[in-house]
Amino acid sequence: MRMPAPDETVIARREAIAADLSRIVAADAVILPEDERRAYESDGLTAYRQLPLLVVLPSTTAEVAAVLRYCQKEGVKVVPRGAGTSLSGGALPLADGIILGLGKFNRVLEVDYDNRCAVVQPGVTNLGITTAVQGRGFYYAPDPSSQIACTIGGNVAENSGGVHCLKYGLTTNNVLGIEMVLINGEVLRLGGKHMDAEGYDLLGVMIGSEGLLGVVTEVTVRILPKPTTARAVLMGFPSNGSAGDCVAAIIGAGIIPGGMEMMDKPAIHAAEAFVHAGYPLDVEALLIVELDGPPAEVDHLIERVEAIGRANSAVSCRVSNSEAERMVFWAGRKAAFPAVGRISPDYYCVDPTIPRKRLADVLERMTQIATKHGLRVANVFHAGDGNLHPLILYDANKPGELDAAEQVGSEIMSYCVEVGGVLTGEHGVGVEKRDLMSTMFTEDDLNQQLRVKCAFDPDGLLNPGKQFPQLHRCAELGRLHIHHGQVPHPGIERL
Amino acid sequence: MTHFRPKDEVELVGIVQQALATEEPMELVAGGSKRSLGRPMQLPHVLDLSGFCGVQVYEPEELILTVGAATPMAEIERTLAGAHQMLAFEPGDWRALLGTADKTQTLGGVLSCNIAGPRRIRQGAARDHLLGFHGVSGRGESFKAGGKVVKNVTGYDLCKLMAGSYGTLAALTEVTVKVLPYPEATRTVALKGLAVDAAVKAMIQAVGSSHELGGAAHLPAVLSPTGAAMTVVRVEGPVPSVEARAVALRDELSGFGAAEIIDNDASLPLWQTFRDIMPLASPADAAIWRVSIAPTDAPALVDTLSRALDLRYFLDWGGGLLWLAVTGASDGGATAIRSAIKSGHATLIRGGDGLRAAVPVFQPQNPTVAALARRVKDSFDPERIFNRGRMYGDV
Repeated sequence: MRMPAPDETVIARREAIAADLSRIVAADAVILPEDERRAYESDGLTAYRQLPLLVVLPSTTAEVAAVLRYCQKEGVKVVPRGAGTSLSGGALPLADGIILGLGKFNRVLEVDYDNRCAVVQPGVTNLGITTAVQGRGFYYAPDPSSQIACTIGGNVAENSGGVHCLKYGLTTNNVLGIEMVLINGEVLRLGGKHMDAEGYDLLGVMIGSEGLLGVVTEVTVRILPKPTTARAVLMGFPSNGSAGDCVAAIIGAGIIPGGMEMMDKPAIHAAEAFVHAGYPLDVEALLIVELDGPPAEVDHLIERVEAIGRANSAVSCRVSNSEAERMVFWAGRKAAFPAVGRISPDYYCVDPTIPRKRLADVLERMTQIATKHGLRVANVFHAGDGNLHPLILYDANKPGELDAAEQVGSEIMSYCVEVGGVLTGEHGVGVEKRDLMSTMFTEDDLNQQLRVKCAFDPDGLLNPGKQFPQLHRCAELGRLHIHHGQVPHPGIERL
Repeated sequence: MTHFRPKDEVELVGIVQQALATEEPMELVAGGSKRSLGRPMQLPHVLDLSGFCGVQVYEPEELILTVGAATPMAEIERTLAGAHQMLAFEPGDWRALLGTADKTQTLGGVLSCNIAGPRRIRQGAARDHLLGFHGVSGRGESFKAGGKVVKNVTGYDLCKLMAGSYGTLAALTEVTVKVLPYPEATRTVALKGLAVDAAVKAMIQAVGSSHELGGAAHLPAVLSPTGAAMTVVRVEGPVPSVEARAVALRDELSGFGAAEIIDNDASLPLWQTFRDIMPLASPADAAIWRVSIAPTDAPALVDTLSRALDLRYFLDWGGGLLWLAVTGASDGGATAIRSAIKSGHATLIRGGDGLRAAVPVFQPQNPTVAALARRVKDSFDPERIFNRGRMYGDV
């Protein structure tokens, strides 16, 4: 992975910059010693490591603004960081850039049940929001699997999803407002407790911008009344194709389940051996369909889903009759990653989304790709929205296997784009998929995105090296190529 | 004035390049049903996008629909109805309100104005359903963003910027939207005769319940067909579900008076009147405002404005959306309305050219946000070729 060449003059000024920043934030909020910086050298994509120039941990919006203003003035790059759980290297440090850690922004500022929202600081964990509101029967809907640790600020940066997002949406559909700071230190409020933006939806473009546009210092999220009931159906299928058909039939019947997860045979066996959830082992694919909502609806729909499963050649079918049983159904799926970790020393996970009708074909191709590189793949995936999570199994101690795993991931993602899908459904581009962006976008597509970046961060100081395969100067991108006085298409129809 | 009607993206790029060369801006239109939204413009050219029309891909089981951006809404609705699906954000048909009943409403127009109906509280607005698009920027470059699947975080979410940009950033040629199943059944629980503060309390209680509300609106007595104020909440879903939830809501709301359950067939037209802003369509000379606020702010705002202005109103989105019809105020009520809003914003949806030129149609922005918005406009359309001045003087 090639990152932008570090600016040696900035690195040479490390101690002077630390001293300057110590006058902006508390002295103990600037981390200089190498052993302490090491804690920040990686995020959830642990294959990549880099010691940051410095780590700065501001406590207030005013401090964030002052730090960013300083960095713009001094030409110092900034990598914002929440809990560092990104799976795409979004928080990977730069040798010549500071890590701006938002961990001290950890308070729930207000819960407004009447307006069904909560105002929180960006360092509050995803689950922390639900914890703060569940006493009154509310919750925050997006539930990425890292929800115990990941922060809402990171969720905003990555537009995080989770198993329930087909029905309840991603982060972008559940955030009403933010306070944010631009690289020039200007503080903005976008949105609030009302439901829509005035003017351009700048909030919408900030969500999922992977820390390249600004630093979020406060978030107003929508909270929802918790569904009264949830029940799940566990169905086994003789082929991936028939499981895929069942998913299509459920949605075709007008049913949008709260969650709909699929596992292939290697994932089923790994999970069963790990948690003993009672999964059938003689099937090729397993589907967990969860219906949530009012009891009358859940009971009605669960029967329909069962019938659809049988009509689509489900060879086994169990309906949860208690909360304990429902949790057992989920236990295997939720433990799929660590379970795979038991059958392989290492695994690498990517998250492309495909049109679901291509599922059987894509799974077969994945096996071919992995086999070609001498590796294996286990699959868990968000079946409802076509978001795949192939776990590519490898051994980092064997020379060349990490490279092979990355190559398998890259070929899988490229194939997913080829069949009409996208590179990433929820993990983000980061450094991981940066160089694949051109499989999905033309140069003009990417240049337009870069110009939006320039509107927020004209010097390219926020999280450079992420998301875009090339660095550009904003002045070049802004130049118009027009031929003055020439009429390019004189024959165009005029009415 | 020249009227350009490109038949494909190549021609469209040529037209925009030519407009850049001559530095002459143009007004983007398709069906023409919403030309009176925004600030009045006197631009030398019209860019008619109606040629970008027709269903390209509809895959009900993938929950996606890809169409030419100027595909008429009637065609979209007909297509989706064939598979019992819908645009879940419930976009209104504002033609009666805007006096453009003879024009065609297109999906591109609905998305560009980010229109959403009563189901907004549960399913989001147009912005939440636009998955991807193709278009031509004001730089004369063809580009795309987003994708054709329901879950995607690859690249910046430029779809959000397109929704609600009133054609000031790009000319949309193709759009992909998320579609959802049409509910099997609908029930409405109606309370009668509530004053606005009680009505908002009732809606807050209902929307905050676990009954998954798909609408909550309040129509004061003066606008109500029954002569008594109506506070209505909607549940949608399978028959056994809506029946159980409607009964539960009726019982839970009994503290606000006797509630009536309205059946499926009577519910559908009732919610359509809210969706289409029909209660305020006439008289045609009233200024119409759309005010987006936190629901709990609604009663005090209505109270303040009712003293200051000659107005009629109704509430949607559980109190979070206030629709106003103002008569007799020289500024259409702009000063009174905007100074009374604590947090949120007001948009002038209907008013004569004179009024829309005299008062800001869109809520004036904080200077920092306005400057950022200008830079975003620059990034797509540096020469202000598209819909110059439609949203703000310089955007």
